[in-house]
Amino acid sequence: MKKSPSVLVIGGGSTGTGIARDLAMRGLDVTLVEKGNLTHGTTGRMHGLLHSGGRYAVSDQPSAKECIEENRVLRRIAGHCVEMTGGLFVQRPEDSDEYFEKKLEGCRECGIPAEVLSAEEAREIEPYLAKDIKRAIKVPDGAVDPFRLCVANAASAVEHGARIETHSEVTDVLVEDGEVVGVEVTHQTGTGPYVHGEPGEVEEIRADYVVNATGAWAGQIGDLAGVDVEVRPSKGVMTIMNTRQVDTVVNRCRPKGDADIIVPHETTCILGTTDEEVEDPEDYPEEGWEVDLMIETLSELVPMLAEARTIRSFWGVRPLYEPPGTGTEDPTDITREFFLLDHDDRDDLPGMTSIVGGKLTTYRMMAEQISDHVCEKLDVEAECRTADVPLPGSEDFTVLRDYMDDFGLRSPIGRRSAQRLGSRADEVLNSVDPNPVVCECEAVTRAEIQDSLDTAGTELNSVRIQTRASMGNCQGAICCHRMANELAPEYDEETIRASLDDLYQERWKGERHAMWGTQLSQTALKHMLHATTMNRDEDPAAADADIDFAAFDDGGASEGDASGVASGGAVADGGRERTDRAGDDALGGADGDN
Amino acid sequence: MAITDDVLVIGGGIAACTAALSAAETGARVRLLAHKKSTLRQASGLVDVLGYAGGDGPLSDPSAGLDALPEGHPYHVVGEDGVRAGLRIFDEAVGDAYRGGHTDSNALVMTHGGAVKPTARYPESVAPGLASSSGDMLLVGFAGLTDFDAPVAADHLTAAGVPFSARGVTVEFPKRFRADAKVTRFAKALDRDEEVDGGTVRSVVADTVAEKLDGESRVGFPAMLGDDHDEDVRAELSDRLGVPVFEVPTGPPSLLGLKLEDMLFDALDEAGVRISAGNPAVDFEAEDGRVETVIVDQKSRPTPYSADQVVLATGGLVGKGLDSDRESVTEPVFGCHVPHPEDRYDWSEPEAFGDHAFARFGVVPDAELRPTDEDGEPHFENLRAAGGVVGGADVAREKSASGVSLATGAVAGRLAGEEATR
Ligand SMILES: Cc1cc2nc3c(=O)[nH]c(=O)nc-3n(C[C@H](O)[C@H](O)[C@H](O)COP(=O)(O)OP(=O)(O)OC[C@H]3O[C@@H](n4cnc5c(N)ncnc54)[C@H](O)[C@@H]3O)c2cc1C
Ligand SMILES: Cc1cc2nc3c(=O)[nH]c(=O)nc-3n(C[C@H](O)[C@H](O)[C@H](O)COP(=O)(O)OP(=O)(O)OC[C@H]3O[C@@H](n4cnc5c(N)ncnc54)[C@H](O)[C@@H]3O)c2cc1C
Repeated sequence: MKKSPSVLVIGGGSTGTGIARDLAMRGLDVTLVEKGNLTHGTTGRMHGLLHSGGRYAVSDQPSAKECIEENRVLRRIAGHCVEMTGGLFVQRPEDSDEYFEKKLEGCRECGIPAEVLSAEEAREIEPYLAKDIKRAIKVPDGAVDPFRLCVANAASAVEHGARIETHSEVTDVLVEDGEVVGVEVTHQTGTGPYVHGEPGEVEEIRADYVVNATGAWAGQIGDLAGVDVEVRPSKGVMTIMNTRQVDTVVNRCRPKGDADIIVPHETTCILGTTDEEVEDPEDYPEEGWEVDLMIETLSELVPMLAEARTIRSFWGVRPLYEPPGTGTEDPTDITREFFLLDHDDRDDLPGMTSIVGGKLTTYRMMAEQISDHVCEKLDVEAECRTADVPLPGSEDFTVLRDYMDDFGLRSPIGRRSAQRLGSRADEVLNSVDPNPVVCECEAVTRAEIQDSLDTAGTELNSVRIQTRASMGNCQGAICCHRMANELAPEYDEETIRASLDDLYQERWKGERHAMWGTQLSQTALKHMLHATTMNRDEDPAAADADIDFAAFDDGGASEGDASGVASGGAVADGGRERTDRAGDDALGGADGDN
Repeated sequence: MAITDDVLVIGGGIAACTAALSAAETGARVRLLAHKKSTLRQASGLVDVLGYAGGDGPLSDPSAGLDALPEGHPYHVVGEDGVRAGLRIFDEAVGDAYRGGHTDSNALVMTHGGAVKPTARYPESVAPGLASSSGDMLLVGFAGLTDFDAPVAADHLTAAGVPFSARGVTVEFPKRFRADAKVTRFAKALDRDEEVDGGTVRSVVADTVAEKLDGESRVGFPAMLGDDHDEDVRAELSDRLGVPVFEVPTGPPSLLGLKLEDMLFDALDEAGVRISAGNPAVDFEAEDGRVETVIVDQKSRPTPYSADQVVLATGGLVGKGLDSDRESVTEPVFGCHVPHPEDRYDWSEPEAFGDHAFARFGVVPDAELRPTDEDGEPHFENLRAAGGVVGGADVAREKSASGVSLATGAVAGRLAGEEATR
């Protein structure tokens, strides 16, 4: 039997994992390499809107049509990654009627279901909308979890024989006789899952075809191959609120602008965003005024946001592309379409194609197109099946919902887990016993953490994105170290400590953008717990100098007053009733009422 | 008509309790006005005085570090005498329930993460487990509790170079609880010694651990060994295992912290301090530079409390004695001056354990612990501050949190009491 042709995919975002799944399902021998975690790039730093296409219905109708088509596909194949919240385009008194009508017409032209609501009807859906709004258009926007989506695509690719290497950076593109024949990969800690402290290694991976799906980084891979890929990275800020002030996606109905959308996401909602070109997709300023802008502008739509608590902010970089010579000045005017750049046609360099631009919502369609292209190049005849076969976890999800009710997974914890795990819930939740909660804010149990460790190695940030543990209100204050403990006994204490430090620092980075008001109090509590109580800042185990233990209080043993077994002190155990302890279970700190 | 006392202490934490006890010692009529439970339920129950200063540490002698503390530190205001006064009041309030008072040295104690830290006073149940005492150690964790992993903690101790061997085992708790059960549920099962397969909770735990014991001379559990009957639980386990049993202090909900809170309130009762709990102080009336009445929001009904002297012990950012928004940091009851960098991004550092400005936020005390305005003048002649609301100390990094509360509480309370009774 002939060996199936091999394809190497660079980039573990929605595009790359989507491609890996598609090609693996078509029977190709796929390897995907990603320099960080899955979703390390833009995919892990996006807004989470499952576009209905409404946002592009006026300015970019081809994109709008793609969105509504894929919106329907994802509801079908990725039920456990999607929440159909519905969306509103809200018009304020100062927003133009003409644009409102255009939006409505545009939606209808693109086949996007759209319904006009009066101000009262809109407020019935979203009671915290401003009193003075004029009216709204209702569209089928939704929320999508990019982490779960990527992980599910990767899992499906693996089921179909693909190899996925994270923390593995392409450090060279191998060109022989004018053709791309593979890449040089530097594994940060050896092949397989990331393990703190394991030495790195360099591997040459040869392949019949290479796909560059590195988004905003595509130009860098282009450089390694000696070709120009003109991506124009453009950054946007997103600010996470502590609860869902809205349960529907709320858009401002006016032409492009900053801070015009709120997306509910799991326990939070996320304000966004901006659009500003940057030089380097990994090094750009993240500034407080951007956060202020989100709060101030969006509180015109939902006034309570002005006083609400934000828990962190983060930035992402759009991989915008425009064909050479277009010369658009304002990044918001650059098309949201995606481009397939065959370097043979373009640069006389066969063996590699880059894919840039696009949106997460249309990742599957992008993957299908480039997979068709690769198959054509490799003379493979195979149908794309990704629009029909559900992702792992999404099989029979509706059946599962009923089943959940039958079998008592109705507790908030069971429900949240089942929503995240989809049809895998039963298998995962029953794998560990006892199965205590590790992350209280997000109701993540040990079983889910253990399940994620299969691919995460010692990378707790990968555990986090797979499970949402440490992503809630307390930002890991209560659970970071518990997550680290789950690495035992497989990994040793030093490795566990290093993993914890990494996760803690990663959380800190985004929290700094929310440090005022209640969240600053929360931060102070976290600092007290981890520095005061746990002494993690001065941990003697990590310090160079040896401690003279004998210089410290030994409990009085040396004075002949051995502290030994307690023998009843002044505070006699008179059965003092402490009836209020049950109520103390609620973590004041984590919910900020304390 | 306003309720009238000599000294009114606002707050319900360790600082407020200390201030109230100290004021009561002067013979003053004292009232404590506490809104909610304090941060003690989140704290480990350890009483840190000073463990790190000026880049040195862990310090075996806290007083050796006092000089190295930065200018404006509350310990400079109250001096070593103030620190001692705070510890004396604490020791008298808790009696034998706490250890460490027999020496000026710090002990090294392991907390639930496995790191050891220098601390001045520790609960009696923690005493047999000091990392600065000898004796091989077996640590026991329970599979259903995620906060403490005994094998990891034991290896962590070993990595710190402790002068004994430490080993950890994880065992099943003889009873099953809901996935989100807290330590309090485990403690209750031990308190009541509930019936389980093979005996009662205490006996089955002891039997399970006895099988794992391999010559170690002390056995440690996370601090969950009973609540109301903690001493019985520990005594029974020690007895059955034949070696001393100790507790490892934990994070929230911290039983040791809650027990300390109970002891402090018992001491207040005994000292005759009146307690009004459950409502916040929200406003005040002043005349001639003196606070005359403090207004308490009693279920939306403003209720005045008047006193000759007032101590503000409302805690720091966690306790809600300090508040902030995107522009500024404030002290919400009296509007006392709280210095802070203008740009909120300068309130913290990029490194998670960096030298954060927010950690030192608080009111600026004068030599008598009176909060001062921008010009260094006291806001009010009869208002003093104690504990977390006082700025200038990075209590987290210094390991001085409770110590600062004790010292400032003792001094502010004494001065207030003396003024009021003069
Ligand atoms: C602020 C913002 C908000 C957005 N909101 C939405 C939204 O609400 N809805 C929507 O549908 N879309 C949204 N998008 C767009 C969407 O996020 C992106 O189009 C999509 O995630 C791009 O995925 P990708 O896989 O192409 O790129 P990426 O996710 O960036 O993946 C590229 C990967 O390549 C890796 N890589 C780079 N160099 C190397 C190398 N040398 N070796 C190995 N790996 C390498 C990177 O680490 C990265 O993980 C938003 C984008 C931004 C910036
Ligand atoms: C997570 C954590 C871990 C800790 N670990 C340790 C440790 O290991 N060792 C150690 O020594 N210390 C530790 N501490 C510190 C210690 O618990 C205290 O926080 C500190 O000593 C300050 O005490 P305080 O009494 O000033 O304030 P708090 O404990 O914050 O108490 C403030 C009190 O004032 C009340 N209050 C606030 N505003 C009003 C108002 N307007 N009216 C009426 N009442 C009001 C509050 O309800 C509360 O009761 C820890 C603290 C935290 C948060």
